[in-house]
Amino acid sequence: MNRFLIPFGLFIVVVGFLAVGLTLNPRELPSPLVGKAAPEFSLQQLHDPEKVISSNDLKGKVWLLNFWASWCGGCKEEHPVLIRIAQSGEVPIYGMDYKDQRSEALAWLKDWGNPYQIVAVDEPGRVGINYGVYGVPETYVIDKAGVIRYKQIGPIREDILEKKILPLVRELQKQ
Amino acid sequence: MIPEVGHYALILALCVAVVQGTLPIYGAAVGNSSLMAVAKPAARGQFLLVLLAFCCLGYAFADKDFSVLYVAATSNSQLPLHYRLAAIWGAHEGSLLLWMFILSIWMVAVSFFSTHLPEAMRARILGVMGLVSVGFLLFMLTVSNPFERLIPAALDGRDLNPLLQDPGMVIHPPMLYMGYVGFSVAFSFAIAALLGGTLDAAWARWSRPWTTVAWCFMTVGVAMGSGWAYYELGWGGWWFWDPVENASFMPWLAGTALMHSLAVTDKRGGFKAWSVLLAIMAFSLSLLGTFLVRSGVLTSVHAFATDPKRGLFILIFLAVVIGGSLVLYAWRAPRVGLGGSFALISREGMLLANNVLLVAALGSVLLGTLYPLFLDALDLGKISVGPPYFDTVFLPLMTPAIFLMGIGPLAQWKQASLPALAIRLRWAFGVSLATAVAVPWLMGQWTPLISLGLLLAFWILATILVDLRERLLQAESGSVGGRLATLPRAYWGMVVAHAGVALFIVGVTMVKGFEVEQDVRMNVGETATLGGYTFRFDGTEQVNGPNYVAARGTFHVSQDGREVTVMYPEKRRYFVQNQTMTEAAISPGLLRDLYVSLGEPLEGGAWSVRLYHKPFIDWIWGGCLVMASGGILAVSDRRYRLAWRRKEAAVPATAQMARPTVS
Amino acid sequence: MRWLWVLMLILPSLATAYEAQPLAANPQAEARLKALAVELRCLVCQNQTLADSNAPLAEDLRREVREMIAKDMSDKEIIDFLVTRYGDFVLYRPPWKLTTTLLWLGPFLLLGVGATGLVFALRRRQKKVTDVTLSEAEHNRVEKLLSEGVHRP
Repeated sequence: MNRFLIPFGLFIVVVGFLAVGLTLNPRELPSPLVGKAAPEFSLQQLHDPEKVISSNDLKGKVWLLNFWASWCGGCKEEHPVLIRIAQSGEVPIYGMDYKDQRSEALAWLKDWGNPYQIVAVDEPGRVGINYGVYGVPETYVIDKAGVIRYKQIGPIREDILEKKILPLVRELQKQ
Repeated sequence: MIPEVGHYALILALCVAVVQGTLPIYGAAVGNSSLMAVAKPAARGQFLLVLLAFCCLGYAFADKDFSVLYVAATSNSQLPLHYRLAAIWGAHEGSLLLWMFILSIWMVAVSFFSTHLPEAMRARILGVMGLVSVGFLLFMLTVSNPFERLIPAALDGRDLNPLLQDPGMVIHPPMLYMGYVGFSVAFSFAIAALLGGTLDAAWARWSRPWTTVAWCFMTVGVAMGSGWAYYELGWGGWWFWDPVENASFMPWLAGTALMHSLAVTDKRGGFKAWSVLLAIMAFSLSLLGTFLVRSGVLTSVHAFATDPKRGLFILIFLAVVIGGSLVLYAWRAPRVGLGGSFALISREGMLLANNVLLVAALGSVLLGTLYPLFLDALDLGKISVGPPYFDTVFLPLMTPAIFLMGIGPLAQWKQASLPALAIRLRWAFGVSLATAVAVPWLMGQWTPLISLGLLLAFWILATILVDLRERLLQAESGSVGGRLATLPRAYWGMVVAHAGVALFIVGVTMVKGFEVEQDVRMNVGETATLGGYTFRFDGTEQVNGPNYVAARGTFHVSQDGREVTVMYPEKRRYFVQNQTMTEAAISPGLLRDLYVSLGEPLEGGAWSVRLYHKPFIDWIWGGCLVMASGGILAVSDRRYRLAWRRKEAAVPATAQMARPTVS
Repeated sequence: MRWLWVLMLILPSLATAYEAQPLAANPQAEARLKALAVELRCLVCQNQTLADSNAPLAEDLRREVREMIAKDMSDKEIIDFLVTRYGDFVLYRPPWKLTTTLLWLGPFLLLGVGATGLVFALRRRQKKVTDVTLSEAEHNRVEKLLSEGVHRP
C-alpha cells in the first residue's frame, strides 16, 4: 500500500466522526443513575408545608418524578403533556419544585393547572444534586422497587411520551 | 438598496472566483499563456467586489439599518459606532464575510508579490485560492447570507453580545483570520506545486515568507485572544484548552512545524513531501477550526454562533478541499525526489526531530479536543477532556522540543557531532541549570516544575548567547556592533523568535508558580494585602455607559505606604440583553499584574471581591509579540526583498527549473 | 516628645483601614475546594470549570463540596460522590479506563511512531542518496535563478 495514502485514510476517519458528531447533542448527558436505586428524599410538601413527602411512601408503584420550577421556560413547554398524563391517570406524577419560591410556584400551578399528585419542595437543590439534575425540566421513571428506569432531560414531548415513556411505564406496571 | 448592492457584489465575486479557479489551472495544464494570464486580474477584481460587499455591510451597521436581519441580530441603536463596525464579524454570517475579505486580501497580495514566479506556478496558485473562495462564497450565498432582509424591519436591534463589546473584538478576529486564511497561501503553493510537478527547493523558498507572515499574524491573533479572555471573562485565566482555543492553536503548531521543515527543504531539498503535507495540514486545521467553532459539535466558552446545518456545509467543503488535496498528495508525492543527504545528527535532523515533537503535540491537542466526540459517536459515554489532561500530556512533549530548540541552531548542517556540541554547550547548560534551581529558591518557593520551566527558558537564552558569541568570533574583525550587523536578518529573526519563546515560558512558569489570589468580603474602607500590595476599597458608585449601567468600585493600591495606582473594576448590566458582565480592573506591569474583580454586592455597601497578584503574566503575551516580530524580521531578510523587487520578465514561464528533481 | 504621643494616637486611626475578612469562613478548606473545583466541570455551562462558573448549579455544587470537605471526606470520596450522580462528564481529567486508554497513550504513541519513522526515513534516505553533488548543483541553480534580476541593469 502507498504510505502516502495514510493521511487521507486518517482524514476520512475524522470526517466520519465529525459527520456523526453533527447529529449528536454535546449538551445532553446520559444519567449514570439509570438502573440504580432512586436516591431517597423526605421533603416538605408545597401545598401543605406541615406535611412531608418521602420517597419511601411511593414504593410499590410506578411513578414519574418531574423536576420543575416556576422560573423554567422548558417546564411551561412540557406542561400540557404532563396535564394529559395526569388526566389519563395512567401513571402518577410527583413534582419536585426545584430551587424555587413557594409563592411563585403555587401561583404558577394555579395559573397553568396542577398535574402532580404531590409536589415536594427542594429549595436548596440538594435532592436535585442527588438525582444528578443539571437543568430543569428533568423527569425520571421509577419502578415499583424504587429503581430509576429512564431519565428524560429537557421537556417531555408528545412523541417521547408515546414512544418511550408510556410503553416503559406499562411494562413496569405489569411486573 | 445598499445591502442589495453588497449581495450582488458577492454574486459577481462568485462568478469571478469560478473563472479564477478554472481557466488559469486549465491554462497551466495545457500551456496556454492567455488563459493563465486571467488569474491576476481575476484575483484583483474579486478583491474589489468582496471589498465592496464588506463596505456595504459596514454601511448597513453604521447606518443602523435594522431591515437587514444580520444587523438587527447583532447590533443596537445604542451600540457605539466602533462596536457596530466590529459587529460585522460579531456572528456567523459576518465572520464568513470577514474570512472571505481576508482571503481576497491574501489573493491580491499574491498577485502583486509573485512577479518572480513562473507564470504557470502563479496561475495555479491563484487558481487554487480561487477554488477555495468559490467554496466560501457559495457557503455565504446559500446558507449564511449577511445581507438577508428582515421585513418588516426591526424597531431596534438585539444588540451585540456584551462579552464581545470590547476593544479586543475590534482587532482580535481580523488578526486571527489573517493567520488562519494566510495558511491558504502556503496551501495553494503546495497544491500548485503538486499539480505542476514542480515540487522542489525553489518551491520551499517561495513558500517560506508567506508561511512566516501568516504564522506571525496567527501568533499575534492567538495571543490577543488569550489576553482578551484574561481580562474579559473575569476569572483571571489566560488559556483554558477550550475547543475553540485549541482550534486556533492546532494550525499554529502546524504552521510552526511547517516553517521549520521548509527550512530543511529550502536548504537541503529534502523532506519535500513532508513539508507539502504540513502545508496541507496547516490549512486543513484552519478549516477544521472554522467547522468546530461554527457547528456546535463541541461545547465551548467562546462559541457565539453555532448551527449544525451550517456545520454540514463546512464539513462537506472540508471533505472536498482537504480530501481532494490529500488524494492529490498521495498521487504525486511518491514521485518527488529526495534532495541532498544529511546525517541523523545534523541541523536538518534536529529540525525534523522538532517537527516530530510539534506534530505529536498537535496530534495530542487534536485527540484531546475530538476524543469526547469520538466516544459519544461510538456511544461509549460522555467524557470531558480539559486542562488537567492537556497540561499532563503537553509538558513531556514540549520539554524535549524546547531542549532541541537550544541545540539545533548550533548544530552544523549536514553532519554534526554530539560530543562536540556537548562541549560547546556545557557552560550554557550548567549556568541555566544553576540559575533555574537558585531563582525559585531565592524567591522563597521551590518546586520541580518552576525549576523545569525556568531551566527551559534560561537554556534557550544561554544557547542563543553561546551561538552569538561563536558567530562573533568567526566573523572578520571589526566592531562588535558591526560584526553583529553583518549577520543576516533571517538569523536575527530566528534568534528573536526563540527568545520570545523563552519570555513566554518565563511568564507561564512564574504565573503558575507564584500567583496569589484572595477572595475577600470588603466593607468600604477595609484593606486587603496581597503580594506586598495593599488594596483599600473605597466603595462603589453608579456609572452610566452608552448601553449599560455599572457599579464601579474604587480601589486604592499602595506598596510600602506609597500609593501605586487606583483601580476601577466594574459590574455592568447591559440593557438590551439584560446580561451582567464583570469588568475586571487590571494594573499591568513588567513584573506583575494586579487584578481586581467585583463579585456580588453584600449588605451594607460591602462587596465580595477577588484579588490577584500575577507575577510576570504579561510576559506570556509579550513573548508572543516578540516571537511574531522575529518572524517579521526573518521575512525582511535581504534575499526575499531582492526576490520581490524583480520584474516579471526575469523568469520566463517556460523555465521549469524543477524538472530534474521530479523523476 | 508630645508629637510622638499625637502620632501614636493618630497611627491606629490611619490604620483603621481594617483588614478585610476572607469570604470563606475557613480559608484552608476553601483552598482545597478550589484545587478540586478547577478539575471539575460545571454541567450547565459552556465548558467552564466549577471554580469559574457563577451558574446556580455550580454554586450549589461548590456548597455541597464545601460541606463534604467540612466532613473531612477525602478527595476521592468527593469525586466519587459527583461521578455517581453526573458520570465521568464532570471530570476534566478523564479517568483511566478501557475507553480512554487511547486518549492517554495516544500522544506518546504518536511520538514513538514519529520518532521511529524519522530515524528510518533518514537511514533509508542516506542509503538512497549517493550523488550529493547533483543536488548541490541543483541547489545552486535555484539560488541563481532566485537572485537573477539583481544583476540586471
